[in-house]
Amino acid sequence: MDTNNSKKYLTLSGLEPLVISAESNFVNIGERTNVTGSRKFLRLIKEEKYEEALAVARDQVEGGAQILDVNMDEGMLDGVYAMTTFLNLIASEPDISRIPLMIDSSKWEIIEAGLQVAQGKCVVNSISLKEGEAEFLRQAKLVKRYGAALIVMALDESGQADNYQSRIEICERSYHLLVNKIQFKPQDIIFDPNIFPVATGMEEHRKNALDFFQATKWIRENLPHANVSGGVSNVSFSFRGNNTVREAMHSAFLYHAIQHGMNMGIVNPTMLEIYDQIPKELLDAVEDVLLDRKEDATERLLDIAESVKGNKKESETKVLEWRSFPLQERITHSLVKGIDAFILEDIELARQEANKPIEVIEGNLMIGMNVVGDLFGSGKMFLPQVVKSARVMKKAVAYLQPFIEAEKDGKQEFAGKILMATVKGDVHDIGKNIVSVVLGCNNYEIIDLGVMVPPEKIIETAKRENVDVIGLSGLITPSLDEMVYLSKEMEKNNFSVPLLIGGATTSKAHTSVKIAPNYSNAVVHVNDASRAVTVVGNLLKKDNQVYKNQIREEYDLFREKFLNRSKTKEYISIEQARKRKFKINWETTNIVKPTQLGVQELQDFELTKLEDFIDWSPFFRSWDLHGKYPEILTDTVVGEQATELFADAKVLLAKIFDEKLLKAKAVFGLFPANTIGDDDIEVALSEKEKPLTFLSLRQQLKKREGVPSFALADFIAPKETNIQDYIGAFCVSTGFGTKELAEAFEADHDDYNSIMIKALADRLAEAFAEYLHKEVRINYWGYASNENLSNNDLIKESYKGIRPAPGYPACPDHLEKRTLWKLLNVEKRIGVQLTESLAMWPAASVSGYYFGNGQATYFGLGKITNDQVTDYARRRNIPIEEAYKWLNPNITE
Amino acid sequence: MSEIYKEIQKRILVLDGAMGTMLQQYQFTEADFRGERFKDYPTPLQGNNDLLSLTQPKAIEDIHAKYFAAGADIIETNTFSGTTIAMADYQMENLVYELNYQSAKIAKKVANEFTQKEPHKPRFVAGAIGPTNRTASLSPDVNRPEYRAITFNELRVAYKQQVEALIDGGVDLLLVETIFDTLNAKAALFAIEEVKEERNIKIPIMVSGTITDASGRTLSGQTVEAFLTSVSHIPLFSVGFNCALGAQQLQPYLTRLSRETDFYTSAHPNAGLPNAFGEYEETPKQMQTFIESYLKDDLINIIGGCCGTSPEHIKAIAEVAVKYKPRNTIIPA
Repeated sequence: MDTNNSKKYLTLSGLEPLVISAESNFVNIGERTNVTGSRKFLRLIKEEKYEEALAVARDQVEGGAQILDVNMDEGMLDGVYAMTTFLNLIASEPDISRIPLMIDSSKWEIIEAGLQVAQGKCVVNSISLKEGEAEFLRQAKLVKRYGAALIVMALDESGQADNYQSRIEICERSYHLLVNKIQFKPQDIIFDPNIFPVATGMEEHRKNALDFFQATKWIRENLPHANVSGGVSNVSFSFRGNNTVREAMHSAFLYHAIQHGMNMGIVNPTMLEIYDQIPKELLDAVEDVLLDRKEDATERLLDIAESVKGNKKESETKVLEWRSFPLQERITHSLVKGIDAFILEDIELARQEANKPIEVIEGNLMIGMNVVGDLFGSGKMFLPQVVKSARVMKKAVAYLQPFIEAEKDGKQEFAGKILMATVKGDVHDIGKNIVSVVLGCNNYEIIDLGVMVPPEKIIETAKRENVDVIGLSGLITPSLDEMVYLSKEMEKNNFSVPLLIGGATTSKAHTSVKIAPNYSNAVVHVNDASRAVTVVGNLLKKDNQVYKNQIREEYDLFREKFLNRSKTKEYISIEQARKRKFKINWETTNIVKPTQLGVQELQDFELTKLEDFIDWSPFFRSWDLHGKYPEILTDTVVGEQATELFADAKVLLAKIFDEKLLKAKAVFGLFPANTIGDDDIEVALSEKEKPLTFLSLRQQLKKREGVPSFALADFIAPKETNIQDYIGAFCVSTGFGTKELAEAFEADHDDYNSIMIKALADRLAEAFAEYLHKEVRINYWGYASNENLSNNDLIKESYKGIRPAPGYPACPDHLEKRTLWKLLNVEKRIGVQLTESLAMWPAASVSGYYFGNGQATYFGLGKITNDQVTDYARRRNIPIEEAYKWLNPNITE
Repeated sequence: MSEIYKEIQKRILVLDGAMGTMLQQYQFTEADFRGERFKDYPTPLQGNNDLLSLTQPKAIEDIHAKYFAAGADIIETNTFSGTTIAMADYQMENLVYELNYQSAKIAKKVANEFTQKEPHKPRFVAGAIGPTNRTASLSPDVNRPEYRAITFNELRVAYKQQVEALIDGGVDLLLVETIFDTLNAKAALFAIEEVKEERNIKIPIMVSGTITDASGRTLSGQTVEAFLTSVSHIPLFSVGFNCALGAQQLQPYLTRLSRETDFYTSAHPNAGLPNAFGEYEETPKQMQTFIESYLKDDLINIIGGCCGTSPEHIKAIAEVAVKYKPRNTIIPA
């Protein structure tokens, strides 16, 4: 190691030193903490999600980076602030700050900000002669005074060095200025002689790699003790989208660059093929290009690139290759890749080697699952993959269970015990199951009480099992009140365990305003499976008080802000709102009488007809993959996973179709109707029966002059006009059979497909609703008999008329379902039931109304005030308290 | 070249011992700390040891003289807390220049007297630059790890003021010591380089870090080698360790440091580890034995004492130091 000049090696430091001597291997610089190179990192920094940004850094260190490059150069960022904050945070993470930092910016003030918060010896990336000698020397002198090493770009007043001669000239000039004018230590100089793309088709790019190699060699031979670095991925820029070729190019480039003396560089280790394993033909073609050995090198590489494009590397030889790894690596590989084909045979081997079968779980399997957890935590694995990993894990554990019991050698040690439940009255559990699986993967013991779990059972189980965390989930709005109730019960029973809240209607706002104040211990809103692990990990840490206080403070602050904000919104009285109703000129409106009035049903509907009506985007969302279908399939971040998930979904869907695993049923009706009063819709039945009334709710948020306050009743002609209007109602379900299938998958330890079947059933139900709506528009009602819309148009809701569903924004009132059920006799005709919270069972069901008017439009009710609630209770003929209970989430504070 | 470069090649130089331990024996009262000049000062001043250079200069002078008499070659100025940052506790930011300047003057006067008496053994004054009471790379608030109570620039400005006053007062060297947080030390070194450049002067710099406990790391988490790497960008006179540990506990880290650097090395350990009452019990004889072990292993060019050491300890150390040759800084290949 060098400190003065006796041994001239570059030495850097974080909490630990890094010595780069002549004998050192190539030094790998981690580059994911760079906002210009990673969209994910940019997003995390922009959103100030520093915790996750730190995870990116940690992942780099754990992945073997020896220096961490940090770059905050983005137009919308305050670079000085971002650099200072992030490096300060890194300083408090010894597992990250142990390695030296590379402070990467084109702005001097950001570099200086970074240097001022790093105690170790960093590398500045970079300065150059671009602005002339005086500025170059001024900056270099400060770099020296701050105690950092320095990357110098091969760049001067006239531009970038792009050939051999200009590279060595600029480097030589820079070197002599630094060493002779300001006594910069030569070993602290690192040259970046510009890695540029090759095989671009441009004649002047032919020698880009070769010139780099030769300039590197010249620097190492002629500029004593100086180092050479570069960003390798540039070289393959013209082959974006063809990773097979890119990986081969990177490996071959590195191989030659290192031979020529490059001793450090920015390389993405996941984009690197092993040099020896590059197929000979491809390697030859790549090297011909890099070394400019043949006139037609570029054309030949392009030809080969075509043939290897999309060549899945999972060929048989590849499979066999990982099968020859050591046992632990094979087990880890199976878990990470979610491959269950070999796991039992590997586990059996591990069991024979172990002293006790339990050791296989605590050792071999946990090692693998920790890798899965780390990859997931750092955004390198996605939810569907993790669920597949869990499937492999469960199979392995199930295999071991009889051996463990036979030996009676004790239980598996878990990191904690977590109770999960979908609350009373609610049947939705996809999200809850995903969170359970992910936590299970991270070695938590999950007690899943399933759906529609009464609060007493949750309290009783939590006590008996002595759980460490309670997680509640729900999708429909009445579930929110259940959660509030449960938080109060937990307080009454002197619970101290953290309470997690999740599910589609839950929100941080609701959790902080309505739940957290009831319970004196930690309450956390977790709406994303990937966060669940971190949150639970933090909550169960020994010294968790800091984290709990932090959460509490965060929620208090959020609540305060939220309450202050809601005060600033203004509402008008229901009377005023009614005066501002949406007015349709009924005299000029063409109302079409339905072709067929009355109720009809479709039993055992042919499922395959629904495939074209599926809206896939929400399907991906339920797996935490965000993006629009079909673009999501080619998304740079989640595209690969989305494609794989989509393929698995299609397989299961085909099975559902072929084997008729699910049953689709529908009931719908079309009726004469008119609006009565202001907000109610009277539906006429047969002459003997009393009419039924739908109650609609009206917007009360104060709006600009001329903007109406909507209620669904506005879309139906009022009785006093004496114009006969019509309304429709429907309920569809594709959920029959889902439960049995999911249970069968679970029995086979296959959570992946158990969740998949539910997610698909949901999609099919929505597709069925879409299909039926179209049939109604064109045939049964017939008001749009010449409509011709694509599936995409349907998703965009470009059709005429609407089909709002109770419980959703236009009519959040779930009680309307009772009227619907009565009107259509839903339960008797097709068997879909309503729970006490008015969720539909089976869960994969959709119900709603049909409004045929061309001016009918979807809207969100927003908040309503007490006067409307009182009026509503009167119209509904229920006690006012009950009205408050059902409409609670939509009533102003 | 300063005379000290010649002396250090000839022999192992002895640094003085604790100032605070010696001052405790005077049992100065609040009134003694205040003296006439600060009798109406708005803040309590007892404990502001640096202030005694102004209010009790005779005591400071006597302690310096005792250490020289015991055999020290270098004494440290009474300026451990002489920055605006540390002096803020006493609302004495405005006195920083004067405190440092007078402390340097006092120390230099005593040094000159001894040099005159014993010209064969010239005596030197090191301007002591302490760590301040804030850390630039650690957050004092566990809930806000990104927060810092002090910035590099604030430290740089404060250190620069102290350095200028010490140099004006006539110190021969600068000693950046008791480094808990390397970033603080880097700010001090940055300030020193600025002063050197502005005044076009050269002055030897000693750097002394603190290994806080058996983890073998600084408070800010660096290993011996990482610390050394982080401060070696400036041509130092010496690098070493002081405080926190006794001589015996410090030896392994000193061994690693000595092996890795070709700057001169220094050590001024505590008189052992404190007992349950916070007192240091290691006797001069015991400490002498541990230090002799350094000398046998050829680890050291400059040796002295920190917390709990007295002129008796320094005398004992000087007695063994004279028997050994200084560490050879040419590292065998």
